Amino acid sequence: MQTRPEAPPAEAPAPLVSIHGLKTYYTIRGSYVDRLVGREAGLVKAVDDVSLDLRKGEVLGLVGESGSGKTTLGRTLLGLVSATAGSVVFEGHDITKLRERELRKLRRRMQIVFQDPHASLNPAMTIGESVGDPLRIQGITRSRADIRSRVAEVLERVGLAPAEQFMEKYPGDLSGGQKQRAVIARALILAPVLLVADEPVSMLDMSVRAKILELLLDLKRDFDLTYLYITHDLATAKFFCDRIAIMYLGRIVEIGPSHEIYENPKHPYTQALLRAIPEPDPRRSVPRDLPRGEVPDAARPPLGCSFHPRCPRAFAVCGWEARDLRELLEARWAQAGEERYEAERALVGDLAVLETSATLVRIPGGRGHDAGELLTMLESVRAEDPEEPFWRGVRRLEAGHDHVEIEFHESRAPRPLPLGEVEVECHLYDPDVAAT
Amino acid sequence: MSVVSVRDLRVYYGTPHGPVRAVDGVSLEIQEGETLGLVGESGCGKSTLGRGILGLLPEGAAADGEVVYGGRNLVTLAPRELRELRGPDLGLIFQEPMTRLNPLLRIDDHFAETLKRHEPGIGDAEARRRSLDVLGKMGIPPTRFRQYPHEFSGGMRQRIMIALALVLRPKLLIADEPTTALDVIVEAQILGILADLKAGFGTALLLITHNLGIIAESCDRVAVMYAGKLVEEGPARDVFAEPAHPYTRELLESTISLATTALHSIPGAPPNLLEPPSGCRFHPRCPDAMRVCVEREPVELRLDGDRRVECWLHGPEDQVSDEGRRELVREEIAIADEA
Repeated sequence: MQTRPEAPPAEAPAPLVSIHGLKTYYTIRGSYVDRLVGREAGLVKAVDDVSLDLRKGEVLGLVGESGSGKTTLGRTLLGLVSATAGSVVFEGHDITKLRERELRKLRRRMQIVFQDPHASLNPAMTIGESVGDPLRIQGITRSRADIRSRVAEVLERVGLAPAEQFMEKYPGDLSGGQKQRAVIARALILAPVLLVADEPVSMLDMSVRAKILELLLDLKRDFDLTYLYITHDLATAKFFCDRIAIMYLGRIVEIGPSHEIYENPKHPYTQALLRAIPEPDPRRSVPRDLPRGEVPDAARPPLGCSFHPRCPRAFAVCGWEARDLRELLEARWAQAGEERYEAERALVGDLAVLETSATLVRIPGGRGHDAGELLTMLESVRAEDPEEPFWRGVRRLEAGHDHVEIEFHESRAPRPLPLGEVEVECHLYDPDVAAT
Repeated sequence: MSVVSVRDLRVYYGTPHGPVRAVDGVSLEIQEGETLGLVGESGCGKSTLGRGILGLLPEGAAADGEVVYGGRNLVTLAPRELRELRGPDLGLIFQEPMTRLNPLLRIDDHFAETLKRHEPGIGDAEARRRSLDVLGKMGIPPTRFRQYPHEFSGGMRQRIMIALALVLRPKLLIADEPTTALDVIVEAQILGILADLKAGFGTALLLITHNLGIIAESCDRVAVMYAGKLVEEGPARDVFAEPAHPYTRELLESTISLATTALHSIPGAPPNLLEPPSGCRFHPRCPDAMRVCVEREPVELRLDGDRRVECWLHGPEDQVSDEGRRELVREEIAIADEA
């Protein structure tokens, strides 16, 4: 392994990677018809204005559900996906501005371990060939003997010993954990300083996960590595990470030292994620007080705070909009039974008007029904569950001559707020919002 | 009353190197309205056991033993008779919901087809009423009844699959890793729904998972499987509080949860089922192994509190000699063999 010069001692270690205002947007092509009529293509803001520093020598956990943008953020950071805006500065270079040639050079210093060890290794190459491949690609050495000795050294280091034996094997001969060790060896052979580990243990058996995590921690210590650990699993992250960043629909909603995140979670989403983790304790039963629904479609994110439709503590300014009423009615109708559903549905002339993020909407009354009946129905929905956060967002609800008009409070986008050691993006902690 | 009673079930897969004993002499009972969790590492035979109970085995597999349901042995039943039982009596939920729904069929058509195949006399209105009722319980609103599978999220598709299994009101539902592909919050939502089955439908549930946390939170009883055998079974609360088998204990300790304070792992890896280890199959990895464990297969022992275990540590006393009780001396397991 190569040795690196020691960083000069400083009070606060300089960031190894500095991400500022990073945006990674994907355009999605609409249907054939959409393109014919020139309707605009969809835009997915996979990473939406993220700023954070990765400090030298730390393990930063990037935690979120699928669709949160965590994997895209990891890939943008490595230059595997091009950024739409913002910067990622690594060792003085802005990754987002580099050409492929320059990036390839830098990749010696930054490597990635993927989730699926079975898919990460070429089944037609021996372990020795796979692990030594980066040396060839990077043009570091062409000497077979040199490659072989470097491969042997790194295989032994990740626990695949005796190395001679494993070098000749094919991925198919190895267990999942052994394959993941080989993938880690391949990442390490170039002596990187940064390792992005994207769900490195989630496809492995529980009995093996601890071993791989321990190996990663040993390697970090021995080679002075910095990790970005991408996961959906707050339980392994707790053990593994110095700091945690919680991502939701492209944004970091909370970031701080691990102990703070676990002992004193601030964002309602972080709190929900922690509650949902199944504990091997039979005195606990399945948690019931969980956010409803799922992560929304990133191509049509909710107004205001993206989490507001699922948030138990959302209030007036969190971003209430027409779509939320539709969700509310549908959740009600799912439980109501067919008769009541038919009766209530008939009062709503057009449900599609609620398919927008409008904050002022006119719902036509149903055919043959008075708009007053619709208003009465909505008022009774409110009376049945006045604590439902949705109603906190309703400023005005009144019947016109053939429609019901509903106006929501003006929404505000939450901003990152420093709160002691953590930073949280939630109106609950914003003194300016609370005052309004 | 037990809904299904499995006695000495064996399922072997034929390979060019000989039979793989994926399920090797398993007996268990599932009671009406109860949730039984089946847990073990990958490759221990838990999915094969689940499918074996339903008679859903791939080509090249052979089953022997008894699966008694409604007085009949499903193992010897003709395929046609078995097919009739699947659905209205015995339901199955898989891990990947997307691959099980027909992308060209609307949700209502899925339900109509299922209901009409198994209950030919059912009218359209009744089929619709029952479908909406069970979908509603799963949180799928009637407004989406006419949509196609691709219009739903992964979690919703899994709810639809569960509803599709439940609409026939099966006595027994086998769920094979039903939440593994889902996010934690959605996973907890689905587990909540499955827990409500007992109250709402009286359905017995066999929940197959590798996650002990899920078992703890949603199962009445737990069966622990290792290398084709059930090594321990009992009420979940008691088994978790005081595991009788060293494998159960090691599995619990290696589960990483928020309460984890130290990383723990089980040495070695599950054995190849072509040639499983002699005696107790866990002995090469067992921290408590004795000499007898190498030589003889452990016998099933009944413990207090409706529990059973297959482990020489618990006796029977009269079958183990003093020599047999001595600690097993063996070579270190190389790190490379572990993961």
